[in-house]
Amino acid sequence: MTRITELPVEERVLPGNRACAGCGLGIGLRAITKALEGRAVMTVPASCLTVLGGMYPVSSVRMPWVNCAFPSTAAVAAGIAAGLRATGRGDEMAVLAMAGDGGTADIGIQALSGAAERNEDLIYLCYDNEAYMNTGTQRSGSTPSGARTTTTWSGKRENPKDVPRIMEAHRVPYVAVTSAAFPTDVYDKVAKARAMRGLRYVHMHTPCPSGWGFDPALSVRLGKLAVESGIVVLYEVEHGVFRLTGRSAALAKAGAALTPVGEYLKAQSRFKGLDAEAEAAIQAWVDERWAEALERHARGA
Amino acid sequence: MTKRILTGNESAAWGARLARAQVVAAYPITPQSPVVETLSSWVESGEMPAEFIAVESEHSAMSVCIGASTAGARAFTATSSNGLAYMTEQIWWAAGARLPIVMCVANRSLAAPWNVLNDQQDSMSVRDAGWVQLHCRDNQEILDTVVQAYWVAERTNLPVMVCYDGFLLSHTAMPVDVPDAAAVDAFLPPRPAPLQVIAPDDPRNIGPVVIADPRRDADGVLRGGYMELRAAHHEALLAAADVVQEAAEAWGRAIGRRTGGLLVEHRLEDAEIVLVAAGSLVTQLTLVADTLRSDGVAAGVLGIRCYRPFPAEAVRERLSDARAALVFDKALSYGYAGPIATDLKAALHGAAGSPAVYGAVCGLGGRDVTPEALADEVRRALIDARAGVVDRATAWVGRLQEGVR
Ligand SMILES: Cc1ncc(C[n+]2csc(CCOP(=O)(O)OP(=O)(O)O)c2C)c(N)n1
Ligand code: SF4
Repeated sequence: MTRITELPVEERVLPGNRACAGCGLGIGLRAITKALEGRAVMTVPASCLTVLGGMYPVSSVRMPWVNCAFPSTAAVAAGIAAGLRATGRGDEMAVLAMAGDGGTADIGIQALSGAAERNEDLIYLCYDNEAYMNTGTQRSGSTPSGARTTTTWSGKRENPKDVPRIMEAHRVPYVAVTSAAFPTDVYDKVAKARAMRGLRYVHMHTPCPSGWGFDPALSVRLGKLAVESGIVVLYEVEHGVFRLTGRSAALAKAGAALTPVGEYLKAQSRFKGLDAEAEAAIQAWVDERWAEALERHARGA
Repeated sequence: MTKRILTGNESAAWGARLARAQVVAAYPITPQSPVVETLSSWVESGEMPAEFIAVESEHSAMSVCIGASTAGARAFTATSSNGLAYMTEQIWWAAGARLPIVMCVANRSLAAPWNVLNDQQDSMSVRDAGWVQLHCRDNQEILDTVVQAYWVAERTNLPVMVCYDGFLLSHTAMPVDVPDAAAVDAFLPPRPAPLQVIAPDDPRNIGPVVIADPRRDADGVLRGGYMELRAAHHEALLAAADVVQEAAEAWGRAIGRRTGGLLVEHRLEDAEIVLVAAGSLVTQLTLVADTLRSDGVAAGVLGIRCYRPFPAEAVRERLSDARAALVFDKALSYGYAGPIATDLKAALHGAAGSPAVYGAVCGLGGRDVTPEALADEVRRALIDARAGVVDRATAWVGRLQEGVR
């Protein structure tokens, strides 16, 4: 595992970009672009990432970057990959499709599923801030139950879609879950994905102070808490082999108990007013998924 | 040059092959499907060196073309009807991003209710998206137009839609001269570099947020806002009319056959009434005009080959001596009138001595359009024109007026 002091020093995400203070996406993107060393073309649909990228005629990311329509990320990226191959530039750079959870779990899932079925040669990275932030914090298929959004005023009633598992079901060569709170984990997974071919899917949890309602200074702490309480499980599935990674692997190895979800939930205003019953349901959901992850880790599949 | 018996769809596929399309995105829909089936077979057999991507939807078909074209490749796809409607978001994106994509549209009616037969409602409903839109009369024109479309697209940085009537042309075989690849290569050089190149050492942010107003870049240079970009797009489209003409002339020199241009003209010199349409109906109308002429009615035909940009000036000039123009639209702007009729009226507005313009809708959902019905409509229009009627409601050709709902 790469140590933070070993990350490439070159910065490709410039300071003064338009992300909110404390944005997990901004932290994650820094690590991603370092792992790609600028040798990739990014495909970006409508989202907070578009805003982060800057407004014409300036750009806040030093990497080739192609904006695209909201539902089209995976297909545009597949087209870019095909176009580069067709013009003899297939080996010059990797193709990274990077979309939010709304652009991935909801409107973009058709194009993503198609690209996965065809095993297109690209990295698809979903950054999961658990709602439609760009349009003002509406629910997405990835919003956790209990969370208040501007379309679920009393809290969402359904559990989130498990997109990594959906991608696993496509049997793509690589599926990974990471968190922007662990930049080196992001770095390692993207670097590994970069070295592979075919469709590689990386799911990155990104705390969002504006949408979740917490102090921007606490982004990383909250992201870590999500992992320590099992809300987010860090793992990868490489050619069908499952293994826990990073902090999740360390927790499993130590046989440590997860932090109760209550601590994570109470730190964010979006979960305000959650009753004991709803919290217990979330805890049960987390426990079930953690048990499953431990079992899969032990089994290696 | 080889003479082959080809359907319209096969002619379209030959056009893409001869143009050396490098990325083909494919999603089937009747009556377009044989285009992508034919291309697929050529790519698999190695006769056509291209990336063939069988996508999961039309939205993705255009998205793949957008990605491939951004990366610098010559991209091709084809669709019809609801497929075109489904990709509409990306139709706008391709044009706004100024990508020289070529797409064939085998024109078909739009649901609901379901109907797979021909009218031109599909392509007409995206006429405002900023594509060059060319309509073909026959299969030879389809092949020639697809190749010329890349010539136009890559000089104007605009996508080009090549339209032809579903089934009437898409599934009808006729003799087509297939030019030699070398002759086409001499006409159409490899694609020049795109406006914005994807390069790790010169990273660009392509297609970012652009605000309404101009804004300075990092070097203090003032750059246009959204309005300036859209104005430039509009001007490029207007200027594309000349490029469409030039393509036809260059094609004539290279291949020895003059196909293309903005308009189709038939016996306009002394025409009292001019019949106007787009697509295969133009061929039919030339026969109707000839028959009318033998009955003593001085009829001529003006075919709209280039519908966007609309060749307003050329149309004004061609119609200056006629008493009336009768437009046969295979589409309708519901709640108003036929799209070509409306555009023709706008083109003639204020022109001294311009003819009366009448609109007729025909052939919706594949309704048979008979020469007799067309000729009857012409005679009716002529009576009104001679009586000085300047405006009247859109006529329906071949519609049962009573006893049905
Ligand atoms: C077809 C379409 N529908 C709706 C929108 C409006 N829209 C833009 S961004 C967005 C939400 C993006 O959410 P997500 O993908 O989760 O990214 P985030 O903004 O949270 O980073 C929506 C709904 C759009 N651009 N295109
Ligand atoms: S809304 Fe959230 S994800 Fe979007 S820029 Fe702000 S902090 Fe980042």
